[in-house]
Amino acid sequence: MAAPPRPESIALLDRLMAALEAKGIVTEAEVAARQASTDKASPETGARMVAKAWTDPAYRALLLSDGKAAAEQMGVSMAGAPPLGVLENTPGRHHLVVCTLCSCYPRAVLGYPPNWYKSFAYRSRAVREPRQVLAEWGLNLPDSVEVRVVDSTADYRWMVLPMRPAGTEGWDEARLAGLVTRDAMVGVAVPVAG
Amino acid sequence: MPDDTPIPAIHDLGGAARFHCTPVEHDEVPPDAFGKKVDALRQILAQKGLMTVDELRRGIESIPESEYFALGYYERWLRSITLLMVEKGQVDRELLP
Amino acid sequence: MSAPDDRATAGGNAPRFAAGATVRVKDDWPERRGPCHIRTPHYIRGRTGTVVRTLGAFANPEDLAFARPAAKRPLYHVLFAQEPLWHEGKPGDTVMVEVFEHWLEEA
Repeated sequence: MAAPPRPESIALLDRLMAALEAKGIVTEAEVAARQASTDKASPETGARMVAKAWTDPAYRALLLSDGKAAAEQMGVSMAGAPPLGVLENTPGRHHLVVCTLCSCYPRAVLGYPPNWYKSFAYRSRAVREPRQVLAEWGLNLPDSVEVRVVDSTADYRWMVLPMRPAGTEGWDEARLAGLVTRDAMVGVAVPVAG
Repeated sequence: MPDDTPIPAIHDLGGAARFHCTPVEHDEVPPDAFGKKVDALRQILAQKGLMTVDELRRGIESIPESEYFALGYYERWLRSITLLMVEKGQVDRELLP
Repeated sequence: MSAPDDRATAGGNAPRFAAGATVRVKDDWPERRGPCHIRTPHYIRGRTGTVVRTLGAFANPEDLAFARPAAKRPLYHVLFAQEPLWHEGKPGDTVMVEVFEHWLEEA
C-alpha cells in the first residue's frame, strides 16, 4: 500500500504554500476550491458515457471520434483538459491502458488515478506481460483475442469502451452504467451482467 | 532485452526487470489530504502559467534514483514543484531539501 | 477514432506519415547526453511499427519541459508487435504508443 507522506514532506508543503502565499501567487482558499472541484470527477461520468454509447449509435460514433465532445455532451467541463481518446474493445481485441513514463490518466471522466495505476509494478509490467497482469486480477482472455496495450505517452488521455455484456438486453442507461467499473474503462476488467 | 541496450532513465519503467515479480497490489486507497493539496496546487500553478506538466515531469525525472523509489507519488510531485518554483525565482532556494 | 485534421494541418504541421505507413523509431538516447525530457519510451527505440492514426500536432514536450519556445509537432499512434519487443508474450498481441514525428523515420 502507498505509504503516508513523511513529516518532512508535509512540512515542505506548508513552507512552499506559505512562500507562494507571501508572494501573492496562490492562496489556501484557491487550493481548497480547486481540490473540491477535482474531487467531483469520478468514474461515474465515464460509466454514463459508456452506457449511453451502448444504447445510442450516434453517441457511440461521437465518443469514438471525439471523446472530449462526448464528455462535454454529458455535462463535463473539458476546458483546459487534454484531448480524450476512446478505444473500442471488440470480440477480437482488448485494450489495456498504462502510462509507463508517469501516470497519464483520463481524470476528467475517471477521477483521480488509483494507486495501483501509478504503481511501479503496473507501469513496468502491464506493457511487457499484460496477460499475466490481467490473469493475476482474474481476467483470463482467450488466445483468439489480441491484447493491445496502450502506453499513454503524450498529449492524449485514453479510455476504453468495453463491450456490452450479454444478458443486458432491454436495460436502460442507468442500469447499464451500474455495470461499468473504472477498471473496465482502463481495461483491467470487463463488465459482467448480474 | 539484448545486453548492449542502454539503461533506460529511472522513470522509463516499461518492462523494468526489477518489478518483474512484483504483484500489482489492488491498492484502492484514495489520495490523502497531502496528496490532494499537492495535486490542486499543481493545477493552479499550471493554470497561472507558472509551470507546464512537462516541467513537472522533468523535475520528477531529475530526482536521484534512491529517492525516486523511496518517495511517495505526491512527494515526488512536491519535490518537483518546489524545484521549479526555485528555478523560476518564485521561492527561496532554502526550501529545497 | 479519427484524427483532428484541422489541428494537424494548421501552421504547417502536416503529418509526414499516413495511417498504414511502416516507420522506425530512432535509436537515439538523449538521456546519455545530458538533462532532457523525452516521451519516447526506451523499449520502442530502434523498433519498427505501423502508423495507426495521426493524432494532430502538439507543442514539443522536449522544449516545454525546460520552458523553451515549443513548436508544434505531429503526433502519431504507432503500433508494435508485442513479442519482438520483449522476446516474450503471445504473437498477435500489440503495444500502441503515441510518438512524435521527429522520433520517426521511414522504414
